[in-house]
Amino acid sequence: MIQALNSALDVAMARDPDVLIFGEDVGYFGGVFRVTDGLQAKHGLQRCFDAPIAEGGIVAAAIGMSAYGLKPVAEIQFVDYILPAYDQLVSEAARLRYRSNGDFTAPLVVRSPYGGGIFGGQTHSQSPEAIFAHVTGLKTVIPSTPHDAKGLLLAAIDCADPVIFLEPKRLYNGPFDGDHDRELSTWAGHAAAEVPEGHYTINLGEAAIAREGSDATVLAYGTMVHVALAAVEKTGIDAEVIDLRSIVPLDIDTIVTSVSKTGRCVIVHEASRFGGFGGELSALIQERCFYYLERPIERVAGWDTPYPHAFEWDYFPGPSRVGAALRRVMETN
Amino acid sequence: MHNEPRLSLHIPEPAARPGDEPNFSGIQIPSAGSTPKPPVDADERSLRDMPYGLVRVLDDDGNAVGPWDPALEADTLRMALRAMMLTRAFDNRLFRVHRQGKTSFYMKSAGEEAISVAQSLALRSGDMCFPTYRMLGWLMARGYPLLDLINQIFSNAADPLQGKQLPILYSAKEYGFYSLSGNLGTRLGHAVGWAMASAYKNDDRIALGVVGEGTTAEGDFHEAMTMASVYRAPVILCVTNNQWAISSFSGIASVGQTTFAAKALAYGIPGLRVDGNDFLAVWAATRWAEQRARLNLGPTLIEMFTYRAEGHSTSDDPTRYRPLHEASAWPLGDPVDRLKSHLVRADLWDDASHEALGRELDVEVKTAVKQAEAIGTLGKSKPPVSSMFEGVFAEPDWRLVEQRREMGV
Repeated sequence: MIQALNSALDVAMARDPDVLIFGEDVGYFGGVFRVTDGLQAKHGLQRCFDAPIAEGGIVAAAIGMSAYGLKPVAEIQFVDYILPAYDQLVSEAARLRYRSNGDFTAPLVVRSPYGGGIFGGQTHSQSPEAIFAHVTGLKTVIPSTPHDAKGLLLAAIDCADPVIFLEPKRLYNGPFDGDHDRELSTWAGHAAAEVPEGHYTINLGEAAIAREGSDATVLAYGTMVHVALAAVEKTGIDAEVIDLRSIVPLDIDTIVTSVSKTGRCVIVHEASRFGGFGGELSALIQERCFYYLERPIERVAGWDTPYPHAFEWDYFPGPSRVGAALRRVMETN
Repeated sequence: MHNEPRLSLHIPEPAARPGDEPNFSGIQIPSAGSTPKPPVDADERSLRDMPYGLVRVLDDDGNAVGPWDPALEADTLRMALRAMMLTRAFDNRLFRVHRQGKTSFYMKSAGEEAISVAQSLALRSGDMCFPTYRMLGWLMARGYPLLDLINQIFSNAADPLQGKQLPILYSAKEYGFYSLSGNLGTRLGHAVGWAMASAYKNDDRIALGVVGEGTTAEGDFHEAMTMASVYRAPVILCVTNNQWAISSFSGIASVGQTTFAAKALAYGIPGLRVDGNDFLAVWAATRWAEQRARLNLGPTLIEMFTYRAEGHSTSDDPTRYRPLHEASAWPLGDPVDRLKSHLVRADLWDDASHEALGRELDVEVKTAVKQAEAIGTLGKSKPPVSSMFEGVFAEPDWRLVEQRREMGV
């Protein structure tokens, strides 16, 4: 996925001289996860450069650049560190178009590594997508495969609105089904690891059906798509797994079609449960699919604690918890 | 074991409070013309005394003196005086309009008119000001239509911002005036980014970012200063030190023995301290910083030393926290009076013309208010409710489409 993201940035920079990248350690070094590796050498110092450790300042500058007409792609080194920039995202980027009635806009992209599974402890593991989804005016994208990562990032760069692009860091080097005891797998040979070289986009707001099925629906995004697929495999339940890909805009039609078909739904995310995005999904399904539902909707999520270092795999909503939820929704009345 | 004496917490207090006589004895005012003017390409290391001076051109008698005198044309000076007086006339009228219940909120620029008018005239049309809410003079100096301002203040059907923003938080890209917000300091970093973009594109446009002295305590100020200095952005960063942040005196933002301009020193950028009630000094200092920026020499921090002559907004009563006559005791006078006396002294103006202009501007404002009132004051007229759902994104998503339908608009 790292190479796919790198390729997306490379392609975008080659296509449009107004695309530029900055963030902490992204320049000469190429980023702590190597996503911007080689871009400074190839495209020049001014187009991919290091930023001071000032997340608010980085996002503020990116907003100013985008208001000028550039297409900045700012990196926040870990999404855990984005909170100093939250004011800029909420009070400025998300509202500039609205409050100025279109006089000014802020079509920036903020990329940030996200999620757990790498023993990053409390400060390198969080999944705060809900706090972006709640802000009207921001789009929030979370890919689960290299192919999607490139197409979605290129779409985010083309987008006329501010986009938060969250990169599940556990998926950077390979898919992860939640079985942490096994040897690491790489993307090699994975169907969605085939990434076209040139420019392509995947529309923001179009979910992917990661697995078709008829007995239940699993809604997931990012790392949890792989966990959900593994759980479906293990339980033998013929569930449909929907990879949302972006939570704003949300592909409500695909969700409603699937849940109306299956009548059973499990929502999975790594973020803690209370006030999480699963609550919104659950409410939407209840509003739109109530008469189709055979069982209560299940939510599988991180516990309502900070992300604990020693208890990473106790916290992480792995395939056994997803499987148990699937079995519960399959019970008959 | 304990310290001798015991520790005690220091809470700063201003020199005078309601009931006291105004007391500005702690403010040192260098005489006009005494602060030197360095060459625009001077090395920053040679400029480190500047934050402790005070750039002044107009002396107490209205003469323009010293190296910073920009020797402006008479027409420019009269245009500036007109824009400053128009700003004041507009403020006074619209404040009354608020008191009549015709809008929800208003803020005046009183006492600070020289700053925004001088900066508007000193910078070019392609430049961008990232203003505070006390910079109406920028728009007045550039001829922004009064009717559009008032329609915005009324949030009526003709409001250029379509009722989406609080009164006076204008946006006017064509006039080089960036979208205002009620959050403090959040746009200073935008000014830096905008200026960086101009440099990235090898354009020749520069940015002006402004905050009040109270906002220098925000992290946004320091992050913007860091970004501006690191990337040598072609930006002028201004601190309008009007002594008061609502009811908090400037000592709550920074200790009195230093200056706000001196905050530039640690960032390695030039810091100027300017008499903000002196139109000529503001113009000259802005032009100095502007030329530096266009020479690729990077940012300048300017402290505009002034006084907020009236309340913070329509929502506070300044007599509750500062002496009644503090504004008239301000040692640097009133910006309109000072520019007027300069023009009179130079035989470019007289009392009769001044009074006639005042009357003319009152009529101009009154006429525009009447036109806006005919469209509708707050609540009597508004843009179509459906416009509430527009502009959240470039294209509305299904939520907005559904919610608009739910409202039946």
